[in-house]
Amino acid sequence: MTLDTIWIHAEASDGEVSSNTLELLTKARDMADTVACFFVGDADDIAEAVGEYGAETVYGIDADDNLHGVPAAAAIAAAVEAGDGPDAILFGTTYDGRDIAARLSVKLDRTVVSNCVDVDVDGDTLVTTASVFGGATDVKTKFTGEGPYLALVRPKSFTAEGSGGGEADTDDLDVPDLGASGGAEVTDRFVEESDGPKLDEAGIVVSGGRGLGEPDKFEMVETLAKALGGAAGASRAIVDAGWVPYSQQVGQTGKVVKPDIYIACGISGATQHLVGMKGSKNIIAINKDPEAPIFGIADLGIVGDVHKVMPQLIEALAAR
Amino acid sequence: MSVMKVVVCVKQIPDPADPGALDPETRTLKRDVKLILDESDSYGVEMALQLVDAAGEGEVTLVSMAPNGERSGLATALAMGAESAVLISDPELVGSDALTTAKLLASAIKDQGADLVIAGSESSDGYTGVVPEQIAAVLDLPSVTAAKAIEVDGDGIKVQRQTDGGYDDVECSMPAVVSVTAGVVEPRYPSFKGIMAAKSKPVDEKSAGDLGFDSDSVGWAGAGQEIVEVTDAPQREAGEVIEDDGEAFTKIVEFLENQKVI
Repeated sequence: MTLDTIWIHAEASDGEVSSNTLELLTKARDMADTVACFFVGDADDIAEAVGEYGAETVYGIDADDNLHGVPAAAAIAAAVEAGDGPDAILFGTTYDGRDIAARLSVKLDRTVVSNCVDVDVDGDTLVTTASVFGGATDVKTKFTGEGPYLALVRPKSFTAEGSGGGEADTDDLDVPDLGASGGAEVTDRFVEESDGPKLDEAGIVVSGGRGLGEPDKFEMVETLAKALGGAAGASRAIVDAGWVPYSQQVGQTGKVVKPDIYIACGISGATQHLVGMKGSKNIIAINKDPEAPIFGIADLGIVGDVHKVMPQLIEALAAR
Repeated sequence: MSVMKVVVCVKQIPDPADPGALDPETRTLKRDVKLILDESDSYGVEMALQLVDAAGEGEVTLVSMAPNGERSGLATALAMGAESAVLISDPELVGSDALTTAKLLASAIKDQGADLVIAGSESSDGYTGVVPEQIAAVLDLPSVTAAKAIEVDGDGIKVQRQTDGGYDDVECSMPAVVSVTAGVVEPRYPSFKGIMAAKSKPVDEKSAGDLGFDSDSVGWAGAGQEIVEVTDAPQREAGEVIEDDGEAFTKIVEFLENQKVI
């Protein structure tokens, strides 16, 4: 069974469509006869890239300088009310994705299911799978009301594969008057520069946590990551403590990573963290507490002091 | 602005150190354990207290929805310095989805005359991450999610909003709803005096009916979704765990060699 139409929330930065978007497009091709995207920005900018992954149409939404949630939800709701809406809309779990899905759920009075790691068609409705308690339990939820069904899907839930499709058609969704809710405007943007591979795309990720003891010791994590050609990540504990910028956080809140090798240094393995990295192909953990939950999922666990093991490891790698 | 009235949405959750489970019969989170203030919300409470301090005059009101008239998490936030609380509690609400929760919270907020409504970006138990924006939508207010800093500027606010790779400066009119990320401020510890004072602060308990909701529109009946299956997810198996004898790093080197990454 397939649905007639699914829309995907397409996102891009610096003109490059996010991997999350391509993953959702790939999955949606198996679920619906027609797959389209909506995109806050100029539809022409991404028409070719999303077409290659099966989008037939891109609907551009002009949000001006507004945060995306209010204008995009208003534009989509207007399309749905005019009878031009899809059966389901899939959003990536991103800041803007959450904002749009949440606003839209109120506008349309439809439920929204968060944290999905899988979605499938069941008859004329959708069944989602969400992973809870750090991945220990899967909960399948079926939409019971009227569509469009709204689901927020976690990054890396599916593997992106091109469809060989040509450039997508483009169209616009008009943004109606936003009234009182349209009061939030972006006035400036700041990007924290980082070198090396991107955290959520790196083949090797080295992450540090509270067990490092003090902020300066995060340097060991960076050095080890660099030595292995990987990216440096962090647990929520040390991001909250201000040692490391949020952009490096791995976990439920933060990035989901699935590298070939994940090295957890001084991380106990709170469920919050495990959700973001347990899909890694190989996990190595160094922690002084033998009871740390991280050892329950590590392929190689070292019960030891990160301040001893990491410098030895860095030195051994440097000597090669 | 001289008088600053802030409403903070707070969630009372099972202690994350004692992880929860789904009750196989009710298919909801088991909440028979003692609930605590979600740590993610302590940042919102602290932020609100600081904004009121900066304004010179005003107050912080809490709004929470919890089963069984649970108040222990509210007590923590009242002890930090909030003046009063509205608690929505009703057996009818079991199974409510995020949208229903947001509608109920919004209806408790709307008569408070708040300049600002603050919430955590996402709870530490359910993590849906949509309730603050839904509250804003129900109240038809502008919103800024994932705020890492908030500053009142005349009739509006200036917010640094977290992005994937940095942050955006956002300007927003008031009243508004702002969700804050964890770690943005250092939540104060309740003082002994604060804890004693909290005992006499008003907590106004409301049922769904008090807020004008009938039983068809809340709980499982109003959720628009149905849990069809709860299963144990396939788990990773633990591999080799060794005690460091001073040479354990060689095991890591070996592992990396076997994986052909060095």
